[in-house]
Amino acid sequence: MGNLHIQLKERFPDAVLETHAHKGDETALVKRESLLAIAQLLKTDPLFDMNVLMDLAGVDGLDLKWKPRFQVVYHFYSLALNHRLRLKVAVEEKDAVVPTLTGLWPSANWFEREVWDMFGIRFEGHPDPRRILMYEQFQGHALRKDYPWNKRQPLIQAKAVTSDQ
Amino acid sequence: MGEKGFKVMTQNSIQSNESGGYLTSRLNDMIGWARKYSIFQYPFVTACCGMEYMSTACSHYDVDRFGAGLPRFSPRQSDVLFVVGTISHKMAPVLKQIYDQMADPKWVVAFGVCTCTGGFYDNYATVQGIDTVIPVDVYIPGCPPRPENVLDGLMKLQEKIQGQKQEV
Ligand code: SF4
Repeated sequence: MGNLHIQLKERFPDAVLETHAHKGDETALVKRESLLAIAQLLKTDPLFDMNVLMDLAGVDGLDLKWKPRFQVVYHFYSLALNHRLRLKVAVEEKDAVVPTLTGLWPSANWFEREVWDMFGIRFEGHPDPRRILMYEQFQGHALRKDYPWNKRQPLIQAKAVTSDQ
Repeated sequence: MGEKGFKVMTQNSIQSNESGGYLTSRLNDMIGWARKYSIFQYPFVTACCGMEYMSTACSHYDVDRFGAGLPRFSPRQSDVLFVVGTISHKMAPVLKQIYDQMADPKWVVAFGVCTCTGGFYDNYATVQGIDTVIPVDVYIPGCPPRPENVLDGLMKLQEKIQGQKQEV
């Protein structure tokens, strides 16, 4: 325990771009092309045995001048071995697509819909790629840093103010 | 039946005079009196304010004193729409539909700052005051409002019901 990121780097020396560990929180930045293969290994290899996808989030690095702009972050957990690993995938704005993990962990379904809804990162192969929090008529993606904080898209236009009372 | 000189018997305020117990009232006032003490509420509860609504509605604060003790969960059977909690833009059409389904006469209470103005949710998802969607009669601020504040709002609503022209 405590060196899953190193183990992963040994298995995928080319696909794992960076690793990092802080007080037992191990993280690996991986190439998007190898995400599915790595995820498959994490789930099936007895060394990792990651049977739970605990969380999946998007991050917009616009203000931090990240290149590429977005990251998708996956948190895995093994119930049997009681260990965790975090994967990150960097995504370009122009090509904001990541393969879906719904085939491996069904819990990815709603998480990925949320990341699509809020950040506009598409998950290729997702069985139900709709928005999940906002309504279908909503334009844009609300948690992108360049979405104006005061922009409103009401479904019901505000009533005219009257003074009859 | 004319508005003036309508005779009504009431149990608790029988005036005795020579001809027996009766008092005179005006139809408008009498209907107002009846309506303000038979408030059937529709609790449209969406968020944390709901807890405070429940605490107000339970025996400790006893809204039955104001004739508002029986929530109805059908808009067809209710008189006052209590909008309790944050209303998102996604929810607004539902709220509007519930309001439209209520039979006249009807009133609306905005319970908590979220319903009054959007509260601190000044963001892409939240309706900035339900009065942009439906008319509101009484605003009860607070995040959440204390039960005393809710009762105050309820009494203000009663005053309003009593004072208005009664459509029949
Ligand atoms: S006013 Fe406060 S307590 Fe009430 S719904 Fe809004 S945030 Fe919750």
